[in-house]
Amino acid sequence: MKSRIGVYICECGSNISDYVDVEKVKAAVEQEEGVVLAKITMFACADSTQQEIVQDIQEEKLDGMVVASCSPKLHLGTFRSVAERAGLNRYNYVQSNIREQASWAHSDKPAEATEKAIRNVKAAIARTRLSVAMTPSMIPSENTALVVGAGIAGMRVAIDLADTGSKVYLVEKDHFVGGRTAQWGELFPTGQTGTEVIEDLYREVGKRENINLYTGCEVVSKSGSMGNFEVQLRIDPRGIGSGDSTAVPADFEKRLTHAIDACPVVVADSFDFGLTERKALYLNPGGLPGLPAIDRAACTRCGECVKICPEIDLDQKEELLDIKAGSVIIASGFDPYEPKEGEFGYRQIDNVITMQQFRRLIEICGERLTFGGKEIKSIAWIFCVGSRQTGALEGDNKYCARYCCTSAIHSAVVAKKRFGDIQNYHFTRGVRTYGKYETIYEESSSLGDIYLQSFEDDPPVISSENGTTTVKINDILTEEKELEVEPDLVVLVTGMVPRAGSTIGSIMKAPAGLDGFFNEVHPKLKPVETVIDGIFLAGTSQGPKNITETAMSAHSSAIKTHTLISKGEIELEPTMAIVDRTICEWCGKCSEACPFDAIDEVKEDTKSVAVVNEAACKGCGMCLPVCPVNAVQLKGFMDSEIEAMIDAMSE
Amino acid sequence: MTEEKGKKKISILVFSTEKISDPAIDLAGLLKQHYPPEVDNISVPCSSGIKPVWIMHAFERGFDGVFIAADGTDCPFGETCSEKTAEIVSRTHELMKEKGIDPAKLRMAAICSVCSQAFVKLVKDLADYLDETS
Repeated sequence: MKSRIGVYICECGSNISDYVDVEKVKAAVEQEEGVVLAKITMFACADSTQQEIVQDIQEEKLDGMVVASCSPKLHLGTFRSVAERAGLNRYNYVQSNIREQASWAHSDKPAEATEKAIRNVKAAIARTRLSVAMTPSMIPSENTALVVGAGIAGMRVAIDLADTGSKVYLVEKDHFVGGRTAQWGELFPTGQTGTEVIEDLYREVGKRENINLYTGCEVVSKSGSMGNFEVQLRIDPRGIGSGDSTAVPADFEKRLTHAIDACPVVVADSFDFGLTERKALYLNPGGLPGLPAIDRAACTRCGECVKICPEIDLDQKEELLDIKAGSVIIASGFDPYEPKEGEFGYRQIDNVITMQQFRRLIEICGERLTFGGKEIKSIAWIFCVGSRQTGALEGDNKYCARYCCTSAIHSAVVAKKRFGDIQNYHFTRGVRTYGKYETIYEESSSLGDIYLQSFEDDPPVISSENGTTTVKINDILTEEKELEVEPDLVVLVTGMVPRAGSTIGSIMKAPAGLDGFFNEVHPKLKPVETVIDGIFLAGTSQGPKNITETAMSAHSSAIKTHTLISKGEIELEPTMAIVDRTICEWCGKCSEACPFDAIDEVKEDTKSVAVVNEAACKGCGMCLPVCPVNAVQLKGFMDSEIEAMIDAMSE
Repeated sequence: MTEEKGKKKISILVFSTEKISDPAIDLAGLLKQHYPPEVDNISVPCSSGIKPVWIMHAFERGFDGVFIAADGTDCPFGETCSEKTAEIVSRTHELMKEKGIDPAKLRMAAICSVCSQAFVKLVKDLADYLDETS
């Protein structure tokens, strides 16, 4: 029984103390049996506090420790390490979650949240009193990673992991790699095009034999857990060869081009955001692998393409592939925000397009920038469309999409330099070209771009009459003077939203936040980990990022994945079944219940008893409730500990 | 759950699981999806390892209801988890009947790691039931 327990109650800045009266919690628990020290900390996880706890453990000779703070998902490891640094066994530490499960869950009822926090901390103390020192167990892990999405983030993660020696399955739902970046032309600040960046990464992926790239491939199901995920993939047929564009006959490319020309099916080209059309047999501009694919939803199977190019196989079947992976990295990317009909004139006024459409427009125009047959000489840029939706702006997207100020201003500068005499008018809500990207704002200003600004409760108004489009603003930079512009083109600076129709989150059970993007455990301390062990995030699946930030998050995910799977084994909790041989009378029920064949019958002097194979036991506890004489217990979850917690909570 | 003056507040003990339903309960907090604060939580590795004696102990100690936030088909330990957890509930229902406790005061549902809304709804439903029948 532990009798020198230290209790630390964290304010978490004000995340906890805003709703939970931490002084009251301290007063309620400091006289509990075995507690010799109780302290309130502003941030229990801060280095200085960790050092203070180490000092307390050593000076006060603590034999048990409780930290009442955030979810154990975030800091269990942190405080276990603190305990170990002070010479205390990590399993004599218990974390009480009074943030997610008290402060935040009951922020509407602070007094009740405080009472709940007191019950939780008392239960943690009760458990600590009965805790015993233990040693972790290990399980084998596949040194293989599944990377979902082959855009910038996915390919970057795959390359990094492959270089550490891991096997990588890189799967892309589309028939071409590159994600959104493949659609962009010149990028800021390097001047490279999106296509060039993707070509570089694709080339590097191809050099690595331990990367298996599958395009037209989706994750169908997942079972298992960290270290040993079993995943089923579905590969949609490309309809032509195997995707290897290097081993083809000399005239193949020419015949394919003719086959595309012969295809009678025409659909809107999503690569150009509907500005152009393509065939059912198609190859994206600069698309990689450089082999066309068949859009099966659009294809009528008329066979015109096969007549010209017999290598096309309209009867190719989809394939299912079962793989094993130690971890999964979600790099599924983003969608551009699609404005609602009528939002700033979108789909109601002919010359209103989105920024992403504009990015494609400047790539498909020749020497003159035209739209709808008219040459563009002036452009009105409406910022924050679909982002920062507060005030008069309806919508659920409260966040700033970050990259769009820089991207819009850069696009305006590119258009001006490429097509000459263009006047840009920027209708902003404050320009956020943060960090090094401020230089593009300076360049734009020096080139004569005009900046106007409004608040969220008084956004610019776009109207059209007799073929003339007008943008009006009460410009706060000129004392709310009403100004109006008659531009040739209006570009809505649309931000990022989560991928529509993506099933990867529900398959991986990765939680998303209120904004719909996948949630990390902690934005600073565990920025690429999810609460599901072994599942990591990379790139814009997690939230708006520019390409630099996407690459950085991909590097980070690769490192975290490598740390987890590269050793070939993963540390597991030492929770393990133990049998009280004095009361066990072998009946076999525990053995039947065990999914891991970890319990055997062993003959002793006068009877047979159940014995747990420690190497095979995974600590699930399925053997516990089936024992008719309650002879089986689980280390760390003994009857005495559970019942002591219940007693403490019910006081 | 009503909170009439002088009336005992309904208390519920939740048995959750470390890998699957705990993240959902944390997510409910993160998203400020409020549920009755008299809902306490004990986390275990797997819902099919919960002993009927623990549940009965909770009732004996005054908890009005028990909710098992089960792993369901997401259980990292095996495909039989739902079936085994249901068997635990069934056996505990029998023990409850023997003690004259309404079996409806013990409920279970699979709560996946993102099922925060389901968790909040189900504990509220149980709290409402306990409140109506108390």
